[in-house]
Amino acid sequence: MAAKKQARKTNTSGEELLEHYKNMLMIRRFEEKAGQLYGMGVIGGFCHLYIGQEAVVVGLEAAAKEGDSRLTSYRDHAHMLACGMDPKGVMAELTGREGGYSRGKGGSMHMFSSEKKFYGGHGIVAAQVPIGAGLAFAEKYNGTDNVSFTYFGDGAANQGQVYEAFNMASLWKLPVVFVIENNQYAMGTSLQRASSSPELHTRGEAFMIESEAVDGMDVLAVKEAGVRAVAHCRAGKGPYILGVKTYRYRGHSMSDPAKYRTREEVQKMKDERDPIDHVRDMLEQGKHATTDQLKAIDKEIKKVVSKAADFAQTSPEPSIDELYTDILR
Amino acid sequence: MAIQILMPALSPTMEEGTLAKWLVKEGDTVQSGDIMAEIETDKATMEFEAVDEGVIGKILIAEGTEGVAVNTAIAVLLEDGEGASAAADAAPAPVEQALVEDVPAASTPAQAVAPVDTPMEDIPEGTTFTKTTVREALRDAMAEEMRANEKVFLMGEEVGQYQGAYKVSQGLLDEFGDKRVIDTPITEHGFTGLAVGAAFGGLNPIVEFMTFNFAMQAMDHIINSAAKTLYMSGGQMGCPIVFRGTNGAASRVGAQHSQCYAAWYAQIPGLKVVMPYSAADAKGLLKSAIRDPNPVIFLENEMVYGTSFDVPDLENFTVPIGKAKIWRQGEDVTLVSFGIGMKYALEAADRLATEGISAEVIDLRSLRPIDYDTLINSVKKTNRCVTIEEGFPVTSIGNHLSATIMERAFDYLDAPVINCTGKDVPMPYAANLEKLALVTTDEVMAAVKTVTYR
Repeated sequence: MAAKKQARKTNTSGEELLEHYKNMLMIRRFEEKAGQLYGMGVIGGFCHLYIGQEAVVVGLEAAAKEGDSRLTSYRDHAHMLACGMDPKGVMAELTGREGGYSRGKGGSMHMFSSEKKFYGGHGIVAAQVPIGAGLAFAEKYNGTDNVSFTYFGDGAANQGQVYEAFNMASLWKLPVVFVIENNQYAMGTSLQRASSSPELHTRGEAFMIESEAVDGMDVLAVKEAGVRAVAHCRAGKGPYILGVKTYRYRGHSMSDPAKYRTREEVQKMKDERDPIDHVRDMLEQGKHATTDQLKAIDKEIKKVVSKAADFAQTSPEPSIDELYTDILR
Repeated sequence: MAIQILMPALSPTMEEGTLAKWLVKEGDTVQSGDIMAEIETDKATMEFEAVDEGVIGKILIAEGTEGVAVNTAIAVLLEDGEGASAAADAAPAPVEQALVEDVPAASTPAQAVAPVDTPMEDIPEGTTFTKTTVREALRDAMAEEMRANEKVFLMGEEVGQYQGAYKVSQGLLDEFGDKRVIDTPITEHGFTGLAVGAAFGGLNPIVEFMTFNFAMQAMDHIINSAAKTLYMSGGQMGCPIVFRGTNGAASRVGAQHSQCYAAWYAQIPGLKVVMPYSAADAKGLLKSAIRDPNPVIFLENEMVYGTSFDVPDLENFTVPIGKAKIWRQGEDVTLVSFGIGMKYALEAADRLATEGISAEVIDLRSLRPIDYDTLINSVKKTNRCVTIEEGFPVTSIGNHLSATIMERAFDYLDAPVINCTGKDVPMPYAANLEKLALVTTDEVMAAVKTVTYR
């Protein structure tokens, strides 16, 4: 087995580390369950899992405050869980049931929560980027100090509308944190095969947008960068780009045969850089939690996920009247 | 030899203009490229440069003259050594000039298009009206709604400092400032997405597309982001936004700038689509569109911007989306149209009346939702129908209306419905071909003759 990267030394409190641990584990267990339900045919269509990338959204949500908004691509389950949406409602949307966040009419890729200011869930690659800038535009127009966390992948980073959004966000000093979640594969095409420069955080330089490269497998590094980004935006200095390098363990979607990379490559990341193991090591080394405590947390999370899965399978399908509702207000 | 300086056409649709100011006087020497005058078109005030060099021999049209037709002689330029007598020779004879002055009044679209009386409905008795151009009506609608609601703002290319590429937003920047009248970079895909995000975030954007041809770049956000989110969010998140701008053929701007998108947008659930013809409807429908909690596609036409219609002097005048208007009652045939197509429908109805055919003319005004009942009731009365639009023929609005009439009024039909549309070709540039590519009043007349077996 390859050498595991040493857990970083940190002054972060045990309480905070535990919080990160729980949040990341929640995402992983939820996604594992979703994968299982997909395999059983309970979830249909496309289903894009976030396993391996948990530190990104958990670290950034730790830098957010009440009233901030967030939106992302179709790989969106984790973002919803991390901003406090109910796992039951998310899972029931995956199964297309009445209890889902969109009452079964959106599906895995199209979910929203006005309450949590989660603005989707976007199925068109990069469409969320100008929309995220628009949410920031509304914050500025309304005179708040809230920011918009606009997540997109390394694949989306090559779309033209990203640069249209960068230009306007910088020109108009919009409070938007552009988070490039670089999981290194745009579906089956590696970053090297699709991007003339692999340094995605530099993509805003031509627009005078401040940025930094972030280790997306280290939740504390992500949070620290998030805090800097958010402070920049709240101070009225305009947008900020975080080029976050991460890795997805599963395929692009459930129907991905993953022939474009080796099993060894995936296994190496799991063994050496797993973001959840990393926090667990910090917890153990810092004596912030005993093995028994961690087991109890694991058990509790499994219970929540299991309940969500039960709910998602027992919640009825939407009433046939729902076909014609919510088209217009 | 003395050269006549002619009133220039400074835009594709300009037929006349105001000679706002002379910057040269008789006796001045001008070089090619010197600015000689300021000319006000329907869109902007433009500087008019000399092409040839020489001495201004005579100024024929005084500054401040309005309605000077394109190609009217406005001054005479003398070449080196020519005297004043040459200027007199070159100036058009007084009789000719009188003729020239007469022409624009008869040939401006305003005169040709505007019906004698503009029918109004649901307008209280005693209401007064003001002649208003479609352009001003649109501006007034935006200004009124922006005054009423802080969350309404306008964004688009050249809407602010330039005062609108077609002058529709004239004066709005001065009144509302650059927080609410926002000049965008030329980036339709991006600013449309941004505006959709602002609408999700609780604002009420009005997005001006310089033309809907450019909205092709933004189509994904209009359809996938704006129209579908309410449904995909199970009713949580709507998108109160207006996309407006010129649509359809202008004049001699070729294939990429001349297309009617009515049928495209009308197909999309989650959108409302309107296409007004008169200034009153433009104003009333735009106010309704801005207040509507849904995404509204508002299709305008450059060719009627300068046309004046009666607009009621009412504080809170709106026109409901989804309601057609019967412009004239008739017995023998139903002519149904919308937007600039109404011009042909109304012209045809006038001509048909002289031939003893009584046409009922319906302006759909809204293309989603469509007021089917008004149309079906009319067809049940007249038993014949001709649809008129400038868009392409395949899967046109007319095709859809024909199918609906067949489903709902088949037994009432005395003849198949005929669709008069633009031709199935990209818009040609050549003047003669462009004319052929558009629908014509003659074609409407011929269609009516066919369905009435005359």
